[in-house]
Amino acid sequence: MSLEVENLRVLFDTPRGKVWAVDGVDLTVGPGEVVGLVGESGSGKSVTLRAIAKLLHAHATTTGRVSWRGRDLLTMPEPELEAIRGGQIGMVFQEPMAALNPVLSIGLQIDEVLVAHTDLDAKARRARALELLDHVGIAAGATRLGQYAHEFSGGMRQRAMIAIALAANPALLLADEPTTALDVTIQDQILRLLLRLKDELGMALLLVTHDLGVVAQTCDRVAVMYAGRICETGTVRDVFRHPHHAYTAALLQAMPSDQASTTRLVPIPGMAPRLSHPAEGCAFAPRCAEVLDRCTTERPALITQGSRTAACFARATQ
Amino acid sequence: MGLRTKLPLILGCVLLGVMIAFAVAPDVFSPMDPLAFDYDALLAPPSAAHWFGTDQFGRDMLSRTISASRIDLQIAIFAMAGPLLIGSLIGLLVGWFGGVADAVFGRLADLVVTFPFLVLVIAIVAVLGPGLINMYIAVALVGWVVYAKLMRGEVRVQRSLDYVAAGRVLGYSTSRVLFRHVLPNAVRSVLVYAVTDMALAILLGSSLGYLGLGAQPPEAEWGVLIADGKNFFDTAPWISLAPGVAIVAAGLGFSLVGDGLASLLDVKR
Amino acid sequence: MNRGTWLLGRLAQIVPTFVLIGLLTFVLARLLPGDPISAVLGDHASDATVARLTAQMGLDQPIPIQFLHFMQGVMSGHLGDSIAYRIPVTQLIGERLPVTLALTAMSMVIAVALAIPLAFIAAIEADRWPDLLIRGVFQVGLSTPIFYVALLLLTVFAAWLGLFPVGGYGDGMMEHLWHLFLPACTLAFSFAAVLMRSLRGAILAVLTAEFVDFARSKGIRRRIILMRHVLRNALIATVSLIGLNVGSLLGGAVITESVFAVPGVGRLMVDSIFARDYPVIQALTLALAVLVSLAFLITDIVQMTLDPRVAR
Repeated sequence: MSLEVENLRVLFDTPRGKVWAVDGVDLTVGPGEVVGLVGESGSGKSVTLRAIAKLLHAHATTTGRVSWRGRDLLTMPEPELEAIRGGQIGMVFQEPMAALNPVLSIGLQIDEVLVAHTDLDAKARRARALELLDHVGIAAGATRLGQYAHEFSGGMRQRAMIAIALAANPALLLADEPTTALDVTIQDQILRLLLRLKDELGMALLLVTHDLGVVAQTCDRVAVMYAGRICETGTVRDVFRHPHHAYTAALLQAMPSDQASTTRLVPIPGMAPRLSHPAEGCAFAPRCAEVLDRCTTERPALITQGSRTAACFARATQ
Repeated sequence: MGLRTKLPLILGCVLLGVMIAFAVAPDVFSPMDPLAFDYDALLAPPSAAHWFGTDQFGRDMLSRTISASRIDLQIAIFAMAGPLLIGSLIGLLVGWFGGVADAVFGRLADLVVTFPFLVLVIAIVAVLGPGLINMYIAVALVGWVVYAKLMRGEVRVQRSLDYVAAGRVLGYSTSRVLFRHVLPNAVRSVLVYAVTDMALAILLGSSLGYLGLGAQPPEAEWGVLIADGKNFFDTAPWISLAPGVAIVAAGLGFSLVGDGLASLLDVKR
Repeated sequence: MNRGTWLLGRLAQIVPTFVLIGLLTFVLARLLPGDPISAVLGDHASDATVARLTAQMGLDQPIPIQFLHFMQGVMSGHLGDSIAYRIPVTQLIGERLPVTLALTAMSMVIAVALAIPLAFIAAIEADRWPDLLIRGVFQVGLSTPIFYVALLLLTVFAAWLGLFPVGGYGDGMMEHLWHLFLPACTLAFSFAAVLMRSLRGAILAVLTAEFVDFARSKGIRRRIILMRHVLRNALIATVSLIGLNVGSLLGGAVITESVFAVPGVGRLMVDSIFARDYPVIQALTLALAVLVSLAFLITDIVQMTLDPRVAR
């Protein structure tokens, strides 16, 4: 395993009190693997991703272990972490317009990654930048390098951000809802681009999304998150066919599928909770259709069963 | 809002409270007669008898400073009130009616900011002649623009809100909607600014007093007191100490209260 | 719209601005109740003298004609003669203006040099003691009138420590700089306070921006993130503030020059008021307003070069 997350917890200190955003997450990503981290907004999936890259700000307390190639990123000194960030682990954000610096040219934003992580001279870095733009499907690279984010279209901005993240050939790409801010037609293009680059570069991909369709289309394995905890993990095929957690089942029923005309969509009642303290039992219990007595009092552990894990009392007995 | 965020506001209130107390009843707080000459203690440094020393006539600087509070408080109020009244009225009208008047106002406002505030005030005082009344006139002529811009902005925001439209649908007259509904909401942020503006008024008033263009001796004003002692700045620097501290304390008081009120009432600056 | 067209358009705006500045100066001089003739001659001049000066100053003409004459004078640089110095006003201002410009420029440099690092410290240490200390000092600075700061510096550094001259301007470049240092520090203090306050806010906003997190995810060094990604964005917000405050700097120069006896236009302004040197006051008001509008122009151009989003 190249990335192993163990018992990751993130506690936010907000003006309105403490919030347990991530509450004991375990997750692994193997070399070359595409893992989807899926959940509703507020489930803690994006926070998990940022905690892995240690990008959270001072008001967040992160505990647990984020092991990258055997070393813990959370306790690593800043200079070594800087070498891994961008160098071995790249990251793509949700909103390219917000994530790209508005007053620096795209060329400079690519170049600074190459300066930090390679020994290339200025000429070679420019050649590499042009190659990257070509790779992500941005034409007229020489002109584009001198332009700014506001001169790009939405899809082109996301391509530029991917080029920046991949500049130093990372072994793992963390992608935080990379298609959510884009038009539907462009979403598909970007997903295909990510998969193609993943194959060409042989890197692993951890993809955070709220869209089960995206997971089905792109991922090898999936981890389902609810209220800061992992509900279940497994291959996309297994999890989608036979969910081992009541929440996953509910989520799948709420999703339109190819048989949408024949099956009724079932919405999940209620809202994802905001956790001012960790839930005593299963966090999904208040909204769960399959809830048992013990679900409200006892926290279900993540049980491994073959290649899958799940934390659900109701479905464990099936 | 925690104590830590309220602390500056409380400090500001205390400073202003002291200033107002001095201004209302200077005789109660002055240790001695501010005008009494003491030929045995000319240019005396700070001591138990004279906490802030004496000037070239042996007058007690602390007492002089306390008795000058009244004029400086008056400056803070009047130099703020003129621009506030004129500016708010103009801002309310151009904000509400828009059109040509608004366009002319915009052009005029842009023009006035190209003149350095102090230079324009001094130029007008130069034409009218030095003195407090003329200073108030000059400040009103220049300072109204800030209030007008503020009021205009607020009115334009309020105007677009639903309840104003509702009032019009219900058939309320323009003046009723304007004065009963729009004005009370807009006035809040203008008044908060006015408190901060009083700090600027104190600084301006004492500066003009120092230059000899504001309060005229024998009117006791902090800037004038400092100007009185400026020839002794190397031998008796304490002359300027009490009035200087008073100006800083008053300015600090008004700006702390202004900032505090702004965050308390959630007014954007 | 490309940058060249934008620049031409911006330059063209300056013409109506100058005309309006002239109009406002003219209107102020004519509409205020003071009488320029008695201001010059006092109340006891003979009727003949009054009539002669009235004709000489063109005050017997209709108001619109007076304005045209006035603008004609402005254009050709004829703004009348100083009553106190008996030389053309333009010559007088031409001699004094460089001193004030040097003072203002020097104080700007000092203020920016103070404000940027302190704003960074305050923003990075937000709400901890270095931030509270810096903000506290500048809060007091904003509440201290310029003439008092000037007197304090004068007393401590000139009178007691003898490090700097008590006043004047000296001869030659080095002496000028030496004489202007304390006045420039005086002006810089309150200006730095204004800048620091705004820059701190801008840096705080930028520090939590998404693009800073993205930059961190790229593994570039913290120093580069601060200097390139944070400072540049925060400076764009501050540049306009520097431009907008040129007016208050020039206003502050009036006071500072008076305290330190610096022979610039600020001191000239105050002297002229007491000398009732009417043409000088009018010309100075005009000149300083023109200077401020030029500063606005320069600010816009600098902002355009810093911010690619302006006038694409």
